[in-house]
Amino acid sequence: MSATPEARGGATILATFLVAIVLNILPGPSWAEPFLPDWVALTLIYWCMAAPQRVSVGTGWLLGLTLDVLYGSLLGQHALAKSAIAFVTVRLHPQLRMFPRWQQAVSVLMLLFFNQLLVAWIRGLTGHAPGTVAYWTPSIVGALLWPWLFVILRDVRRRAHVS
Amino acid sequence: MITLFGKPLRGPTSLTRLVLLVLLSIALLTLDHRGQHLEQIRAALKVVVYPLQVVASIPVAVYQHTREAFATERTLREQNEALTAERQTILVRLQQFEALEAENARLRDLLGSAARVADRALAAELLEVSLEPFSRRIVLARGTRDGVYVGQPVIDAHGIMGQITEVAPHIATATLITDPSHAIPVLVSRSGLRTMVFGTGDPDSVVVPYLTASADIREGDLLVSSGMGGTFPAGYPVATVSSIDNDPNEAFLTISARPAALLNHGKQVLLVWPGQGQGKSRAPTSAKAAP
Repeated sequence: MSATPEARGGATILATFLVAIVLNILPGPSWAEPFLPDWVALTLIYWCMAAPQRVSVGTGWLLGLTLDVLYGSLLGQHALAKSAIAFVTVRLHPQLRMFPRWQQAVSVLMLLFFNQLLVAWIRGLTGHAPGTVAYWTPSIVGALLWPWLFVILRDVRRRAHVS
Repeated sequence: MITLFGKPLRGPTSLTRLVLLVLLSIALLTLDHRGQHLEQIRAALKVVVYPLQVVASIPVAVYQHTREAFATERTLREQNEALTAERQTILVRLQQFEALEAENARLRDLLGSAARVADRALAAELLEVSLEPFSRRIVLARGTRDGVYVGQPVIDAHGIMGQITEVAPHIATATLITDPSHAIPVLVSRSGLRTMVFGTGDPDSVVVPYLTASADIREGDLLVSSGMGGTFPAGYPVATVSSIDNDPNEAFLTISARPAALLNHGKQVLLVWPGQGQGKSRAPTSAKAAP
């Protein structure tokens, strides 16, 4: 393969995002909805922490827009939320990288809540605010999965030598 | 490094990019919410992301394939017998229905009312993808090339499911009656009372919010579509009243109803063209053989 290391890295990052998107739209029974985390948000946070010079606000926005098209929500709704959490993660990435894993998970929890808050706020402005407490549990599940997902993505990153 | 007036020029900072993208997002949201200006863009983007939806629907398709492949001959024979028996019952009721339909037409003629026309129906398969969490919508494998239009009623064998809210050439999105943004005009079958049924986001129930204590409605009443507003054809089951709460502090009754259609389990649904049926037959044209 004549692909440069940089291109290979980019392809790896893109692959992880595609997997995350598919996981987000996998069908499940409605009782399971509160327990399914936002895989795209988690993957975005990881790459913003690990490779902030490659994955940042713009990538977050594009991911959010893709989710808007797939979810059928208003264009710009998830785009805005994802670009916001990408921004915060990139700005704080030096500190986040130094945290012990559990403290990282708490920060991830805050970021995921922030993401859901922005989406809920926009939905509220357009008339369909989510009505249940169960709306927020995916963020808790996501934060709980963070240590495990971090290790997986770190292995992927190292294998593919993504800088 | 490029310099301008002695200061090094760098690319836009992340803050600048954030501000620009937030403004762009707000512009998109306003355009998408207020008007239908973004339909073309959304349709084009949908085509781009379609492969992801196909990939996401593979696990369920594989599971169903495997389950069918492993079905024993005995299971299939039992299913066959049950379906044959059900078909016999339905054919008998169809004969009675045709007689009633003829009588109805004669009576309407006597009264000078317009004749009721049958509805055309087309079966559509559900694409097994999940849309935005906590919104009650489904994706169908039919689109504008099958004549599907925005506002078209979607039903299953048991009642009304919802209406089409977005179409692309090959797929369409339907909003179910349980979605918070959906309302359908109905008729209480027993008393003739006209009212509206709203979705709340709860997958298993809908509400009837604007009735006072003097309204003639009881638990167990069947709510059928009234046909008002022209979107849904009249006479199709919508929901059955499951609970009525008369709180003296509230101006209106708190009424919950259970949707008639199997909103969360169906695999095939029907798209209806009200008033375009041929003759007396109500049999829907079937989709190409389901995998």
